Amino acid sequence: MFRIDFNKLRFLVCDDNPHMRRILRTLLHSFGAREVYEAEDGATALEMYSHYAPDIVITDWVMPIFDGLELTQMIRQPEAKGNPFAPIIMLTGHSEKRRVTVARDAGVTEFLAKPISAKALYQRVLNVVANPRPFIKTKNYFGPDRRRTSAANAYIGPERRSGGDAETIHQPSLLDKARVAG
Amino acid sequence: MAKAKTSAVHVEAFADHHVITPPNPLRGVLRAVDDKDRDDPIARAERALAGLSGEFDAWMASECERLRAAHAAILKDGFSKATRDELFRAAHDIKGDATTFGYPTASVAAESLCRIIEHAPQLDQVPAELIANHIKAILAIVREHAQIDKAGVEHELSRRLRAVADEYLAAVNHDRPEHLEAILSPGIAPAE
Repeated sequence: MFRIDFNKLRFLVCDDNPHMRRILRTLLHSFGAREVYEAEDGATALEMYSHYAPDIVITDWVMPIFDGLELTQMIRQPEAKGNPFAPIIMLTGHSEKRRVTVARDAGVTEFLAKPISAKALYQRVLNVVANPRPFIKTKNYFGPDRRRTSAANAYIGPERRSGGDAETIHQPSLLDKARVAG
Repeated sequence: MAKAKTSAVHVEAFADHHVITPPNPLRGVLRAVDDKDRDDPIARAERALAGLSGEFDAWMASECERLRAAHAAILKDGFSKATRDELFRAAHDIKGDATTFGYPTASVAAESLCRIIEHAPQLDQVPAELIANHIKAILAIVREHAQIDKAGVEHELSRRLRAVADEYLAAVNHDRPEHLEAILSPGIAPAE
């Protein structure tokens, strides 16, 4: 059995709704997190991201000034001074399938539809910790590898982006590595 | 905060893309525990959330007041980007949060309102009573929620509002296939 040491993780929570920020803070502290920084809009979150260098970002989508999608795109700048690789969990009231695709294409690591639950949040954090994905950089995308199912990794057909030969790289998950080591 | 051993970003170049494996600073936060370990962080968090629940009614009331104020601004000044965005954000927050606060049918009605705001080609052409009835329904659901015998009424009210809104949206989007597809597609199930 594996457990996350939340007290070693630094979180940045970005949500314009103070009630949801309180709920997230309560959940994360209950999991054991000590460092939870909060921003109420995307601009403030970007500043805090640079300043505090969080391990994991949890952001709402719909916010004033600039939203969670724009925040994600600003973090996922390969040439940026800050860390462009931090896991980003999009926690949102949006529940349409196309929104998942849009979020994924912006570089979001995990999508979590509201209503929030302790179990779902824990599982998303566990997933980004235990199963980090390599990043893909193309002419118009920079973010986590969007093909993450075992079926997708086994794909050996023509590459969708170019129509050329596919080249797949298998990344053992941290959870798998830990199991082997244990 | 999580510290990784210093290691370089590993980059593999391909014809039209690069595969980048960054160092993993989170490597050290996952640990194996004994099966006898009874600590349950999820249960602990659920208990903490239950401890907050005494505040949910007040939080829901403030979300409703925000929605009412956003609607009042539209009745006074009409639709602008600012008034439209504030109404959408207020409804969207209720859609996302009301279930957590114990008002799931308010969430359903708020979702229906969000769909109107997102998919109506021209908001100032939407029948005013369609939007007003959604606002009234959400406020009434929250106001009357304490009365258990109203539960069936709440559900039926939300269901009918959604049906009317969907019928309207399907009609006004008949020549906008991308909106029509979004309107007709089932939503994703909320996470466990």
